[in-house]
Amino acid sequence: MSGNGITQILIYAIVLIAVAYPLGIYMARVFESRRVHVTEGWFYRLVRTSPEREQDWKGYAKSVLLFSLLASVVVYVIQRLQGHLFLNPDHLKAVPSHIALNTAASFVTNTNWQFYGGEYTMSYFSQMAALASQQYISAGVGIAVLAAVIRGFSRRSSSELGNFWVDLYRAIVYVLLPLSLILAVILVWQGVPQTFSGHATAKTLEGAAQTIARGPVALMIAIKQLGTNGGGFYNSNSAVPFENPNGLTNFLELISILLIPAAQVFMFGKMVLARRHAWMVFAAMFAVFALAIGVSLPAEQHGSQVLRASGVNITQGHGQSGGNMSDKEVRFGIANSALWATATTDASNGSVNAGHDALTAFGGGAALVNIFFGEVIFGGVGSGLYGMLFYILIAVFIAGLMVGRTPEYLGKKIGAREIKYAALGALFVPTMVLALTAISVVTKSGLASIYNPGAHGFTEALYAYTSQGNNNGSAFAGYGATSLSASLGTVAMYLGRFVPLIAALALGGALAGKKTAPPSAGTFRTDGGTFAVLLVGVILLTAGLMVFPALTLGPLVEGLAH
Amino acid sequence: MARRSSSIFSRDIVLAAIRDSFPKLDPRLQLKNPVMFIVELGSVITTGIFLLDLVRGNTAGLWFVGVIAIWLWLTTLFANFAEAIAEGRGKAQASALRATRTTTNATLRDGRSVPAAELQRGDVVVVKAGEIIPADGEIIEGVGSVDESAITGESAPVIRESGGDRSAVTGGTKLLSDQLVIEVTQEPGRSFLDRMIALVEGAERRKTPNEIALNILIAGLTITFVAAVATLRPFAIYAHTPVSLTVLIALLVALIPTTIGALLSAIGIAGMDRLVQRNVLAMSGRAVEASGDVDVLLLDKTGTITLGNRQAAEFLPVSGVEERELAEVAQLASLADETPEGRSIVVLAKERFGLRERELGEHEFVAFSATTRMSGVNMNGTLIRKGAGDALKRFIAEQGGAAPAELDRLVQGVAEQGGTPLVVARDNWALGVVHLKDIVKGGMNERFDELRRMGIRTVMITGDNRVTAAVIAQEAGVDDFLAEATPETKMALIKDEQAKGRMVAMTGDGTNDAPALAQADVGVAMNTGTSAAKEAGNMVDLDSNPTKLIEIVEVGKQLLITRGALTTFSIANDVAKYFAILPALFAFTYASAPGRHGPLEKLNIMQLGDPKSAILSAVIFNALIIPFLVPLALKGVKYRAIGATALLRRNLAIYGLGGMILPFVAIKLIDLVVHNLLGA
Repeated sequence: MSGNGITQILIYAIVLIAVAYPLGIYMARVFESRRVHVTEGWFYRLVRTSPEREQDWKGYAKSVLLFSLLASVVVYVIQRLQGHLFLNPDHLKAVPSHIALNTAASFVTNTNWQFYGGEYTMSYFSQMAALASQQYISAGVGIAVLAAVIRGFSRRSSSELGNFWVDLYRAIVYVLLPLSLILAVILVWQGVPQTFSGHATAKTLEGAAQTIARGPVALMIAIKQLGTNGGGFYNSNSAVPFENPNGLTNFLELISILLIPAAQVFMFGKMVLARRHAWMVFAAMFAVFALAIGVSLPAEQHGSQVLRASGVNITQGHGQSGGNMSDKEVRFGIANSALWATATTDASNGSVNAGHDALTAFGGGAALVNIFFGEVIFGGVGSGLYGMLFYILIAVFIAGLMVGRTPEYLGKKIGAREIKYAALGALFVPTMVLALTAISVVTKSGLASIYNPGAHGFTEALYAYTSQGNNNGSAFAGYGATSLSASLGTVAMYLGRFVPLIAALALGGALAGKKTAPPSAGTFRTDGGTFAVLLVGVILLTAGLMVFPALTLGPLVEGLAH
Repeated sequence: MARRSSSIFSRDIVLAAIRDSFPKLDPRLQLKNPVMFIVELGSVITTGIFLLDLVRGNTAGLWFVGVIAIWLWLTTLFANFAEAIAEGRGKAQASALRATRTTTNATLRDGRSVPAAELQRGDVVVVKAGEIIPADGEIIEGVGSVDESAITGESAPVIRESGGDRSAVTGGTKLLSDQLVIEVTQEPGRSFLDRMIALVEGAERRKTPNEIALNILIAGLTITFVAAVATLRPFAIYAHTPVSLTVLIALLVALIPTTIGALLSAIGIAGMDRLVQRNVLAMSGRAVEASGDVDVLLLDKTGTITLGNRQAAEFLPVSGVEERELAEVAQLASLADETPEGRSIVVLAKERFGLRERELGEHEFVAFSATTRMSGVNMNGTLIRKGAGDALKRFIAEQGGAAPAELDRLVQGVAEQGGTPLVVARDNWALGVVHLKDIVKGGMNERFDELRRMGIRTVMITGDNRVTAAVIAQEAGVDDFLAEATPETKMALIKDEQAKGRMVAMTGDGTNDAPALAQADVGVAMNTGTSAAKEAGNMVDLDSNPTKLIEIVEVGKQLLITRGALTTFSIANDVAKYFAILPALFAFTYASAPGRHGPLEKLNIMQLGDPKSAILSAVIFNALIIPFLVPLALKGVKYRAIGATALLRRNLAIYGLGGMILPFVAIKLIDLVVHNLLGA
C-alpha cells in the first residue's frame, strides 16, 4: 500500500475527529435543551404534544412503530401512483408492487437497499417525496431513539425516556437539515445537478444521441451521505460523476458518511457525563475500522490471482494506483475506494464509489464482515451507537464477572433484564441473516437471484441479506430481485431495524429506573484502554464466530483458491 | 459439623458422584440447563442414527457415528458428574449434621416429657448437664457451658447465660454443666440445624441474580450457534459438499458453551460449600453473591477493631474534688456494672486507694441503655451516674446543675489521647472523668489495607464521641467512623449509603443490631449472638469472628470470577474448534479436480490427520475439558486484590488468550492419538 494512500487515510481520520467532536457536543445540547423555539412550538401544537409530556419506553416504541408504519404506507402508495402524479417529466410508470414494498421497507428502515435503478424507475416526485424525505425522516427516527436510549443511561429512578415527536423534530430540523443544506450547496458549487427539468440530450463524438439523466440530485446526495442512507439518485451511486464529480466532493462525501455516527459517540459521552469513556468507545470503533482497511487496502492493491495471471500491469506507478482497478473509478484509485468501501459498510450507509462485486475476495469479505458486525463500528445514524451499547453491555458483563463484582455500567448494575435485551439486540440480526441466506441458497426462486456461480454467488446472496438485515443497503451487485428475494429482503429490513430498536428502548427503560452507584477500586473502569481492547475482542469473537462458517464457503474459499 | 474433609476428591465422594451421574440423565432434570439439554438431545439423535444404520446394515462410517454418540453421552455424564461431586460434599456434611439431630425427649418445666421434634415456639424446657439441647431457644434462667462442636466444629465449650447477648442456644448442642431453663424460639422443622442441613445439601438452592443473567447470555449464544450450524447444512448443499447430521451435531456441541454450561451449577454449589468450610452459613446464594459487591463495611469498634475490654487507666477529678472521692463515687456507680469497663473501674479504685467492694444500703441500679448512654445507682436519695460526656451533661442539667467548663477540657484531653472519657456525677455535680483506654487489635491495619485494595471502605461504628473515635479510627486505619452511634444513627447511615447506590455489609450480635442487620445488604450475625440477630442477618458466622467478612467477600468474588473466567474460556475455545472442524467438513469443497483437496484445506493449520479424526478430536477435547476443569470450578479462581483493571487483564490473558491457544495444542495432541489408532 502506498504512502500516499496512508497519508490520505490519516488526513481523513484527523478531519473526521475535528468535525465530529464539536458536532457531538452540539447534538447533546440539542437533545438536552429545555428551551422550545417558536416554530418548534407550532409543530408540537400540530401533533398535540409538548416536551413536558414524556413517554416511557413502551410509549416511545409505540410512537416509533406507528409512525414508521404510516411512513411505509405513504412511500408505497407514492411509488404505485407515480404515473398519475406530477414531477414526472420522463413519464415513468408505477413501480411493480414487490419492488415498491421492498423499497418502502428499505427507505423507512434507513437501509436504502435498491432493487431498482433510480434514474429510470422513480419519478422526481417519488425520489423526493417518497425517498429523499424518508432519508431525512428515517435518519431522524434513528437519532431520536438513540437520544431516548441515552437518557435511560443517564437518568436515575425515572421511567420516562423523552418525547418521540420532540426528539424527531429536533433531529431533523436542528441536525440533519442544516448539515445537508451546507453539503448540498458545496456539491452544487462543485457541479452536482439540482434541477426539475427532465433528462438532457447530448450528441456524442460519434454523432449518436445520448440521454443524460439529471434531476434534484445534490440535496439527495447530501442527505444520503449524512443520514447513513446510501440510496443515491443514480443506480451507480457515487461512482457517477454527477453524484461525485471530483476529489473534493469525494472527500467531503466520505467525511459525511461517518460524521454523525462518530459525533453521536461524543454526544453520548457528554449526555452521560463520561467523556473519557466515549473516547474509548470511539477508539474501539476506530480500531476495527482501521483493521478492516488493513485487510481491504492491501487486498485491493495486491489484486486477485486472475488479475495477476491476466498479464495486466497492476504495479503502482506515478499517477497510477495499480492493483485491482476493476469496477473502480480512475479518479479515486485504490486507497479512496477501499476507504469508502470500509466507511460505507462500517457505517450503515451503503453508498458506493466503486463496485463491491468486483472487489477481491478478501476486500469484499472485509466489507461483508463490517456489515455483519451489526453496523456498530460507527454504524447507522442513531442505530450505530445503540447497537454498540448491546456489545458494550455484554463486554461489561463478562468483565464484571471476571473482576468479581456484579457488573456495572456507568454506575448502574447490569442484571438479567438488561442482559436479555442486550443479547436480543446483538444476536437477533446475525441469526436472522443466516436463516434468510440459507432459505435463499437452496430454494429455486432464491437461486434465481444469484448471478454468479459457486462461492462468489454465495457471497452475493450472503451479502444481500447481511446488508438488508443490518439496514446497510450497500449492494454487492450480482443479486437481482425476484418476488421471493424481494420479500425476504423486506422481512430482513423491517425485523433488522425494529427488533434491535425496540430492544434498545427496552434497555433504556430498564436502566432509567436504576440508581447510579459511584465507582470504587473494585469497579472495572470503562474509561481505560483495557475496556477498548475487551470491547473489540467481544465484537470480533461474538459476531466473528457467527459469520465464520458462512465466510469459509464464500470469500474465504474464493480467496484461498490459489 | 464434619469438619473440612481434607481433599476435594475423597474416594467415597468420587464414587458416589459417578453413581449419581446416571440418574441425572433424566431429560426433565436436564431441561433446567438448556445447553446440556441440547447435548443430551444430540446424544439421543446420534445414537438413533447409529442404531438405524446398524439395522439397515449401513456399515460405511458406522464406527464414526458410534464413537461420536459415545463421546456426546460422555459429555453429558461429565457435566452430571461435576454437579454430583459438588453436591456430594454437601451431602456428606448434611448426614453428619443429621446424626446430631436430637431424637430424644425433652422435659417441659411442668415435668411433662414430650418428643423434641414436637416442641412448639414458646414452650419452656429444662435441660440438665449431659443432655442434648432439644431445640433452638433463649435461656431464661441459669448459666451453663455448652459444647457446640456439632455446629461449629469447635471443641472448646462456650458459656451461655440468661440475659444479655449470650443467651441463645442451638438445638443439637450439648449442655456440659449446670442446668438451663430454655424458651423455645423456633417452630418444629425450622430449627437452625434443619436450615443448615438444607443449605449444605443445596436443597433450597435457587439461582442467584448474576447466575440468571449469565444463563440468559449463554442461552442467547446457544440459540445463535444453533442457527449458525443449522444454516451450514443448506450452505454446504449449495457448495455441493453436503454435511451429515452426525457431523453437524458434533459441530454444534463443540461450539455451544458446554464447558460453562456443564460447570455452572457446580460452581454455585461449591461457592456455598466454601463458605461452610469457613464456618459461615449463608441463608441464600444471593447473599453470597451480594458479599462480592460490598462497597462499605460497617464494623463495631468494640470487640472487632479493639480488644473488647476498655480498661480504666486513671481518675481525673475537676478542681475542688479529691481524686479519692472521684474514685469512690466511680466505684459506687460501677459496683453493679458487670461489663469489663465497669469491673476495671472497681479494680482501679481498689488498687489506687484500697477501696473495697462494699454492701450498699437501700439502692436501685440504673442499667446502661443505648439511648440514655449512662448507668449508675440511686441510693439514699442520691443519684450517681457515669457515662458519656454529653449524656451526663444533659443529666446534670436535668438535675438543675451545670457542668464546669473544666470538665469539657478533661473530656477532650482523654479523648485526644484516644481514650474514652467517662464522666462521673453525683446529683447535679460533676466530679470528674475516668480515663478508659482502648487497645486496638494487632494486624487490623493490614486487614483494612486489603479491604481498601478490594474497593471496600471500612466504617467504624462506636458509641464514643467524635474525638475519641477519630483517634482510634486513625490508629486502626479505617476509612471513616460513626461516632456517638445509636441504633437509629446506625440505621440512618446504612440507608444513606444504600441511597447512594452502595452495598453495605455489617456484622452484629446484639438484639439492638437486628434492625441494622436486616437492613444491610450483607448482615453477618455472630453465632454467639442473640437469636434475634441471627434471624435478622442473612449469614451466621459460627466462629463469631467479625473480620470473617473479608473471607466472605473473597468467596463472593471468587464465585463471579470463576463463572466469568469459564464463560470466556468456553467461548474462546470455539476459535480452535472452527479451525479443526470446518476444514475437515469442506476439505474437498470447490476442489480443482475430484479427489484433490480444495482451497479450505489451507485452514487446516493444525495439520490434523484426516477429517473424521479432526472432528472426533474436537468433540473429545470438548468432553474431556469438563472433568479437567472440575477442580477449578470447585476451588474457584483465586481472587487477588490488585485492582479491577489489573485483575481483568490477568484473567483475560489466562482464560481468554489461554482459552484460545490451549485447544489448538490439545486438539492436535488428541488427533495424534486418534489418527494413529485409526491408522492402525
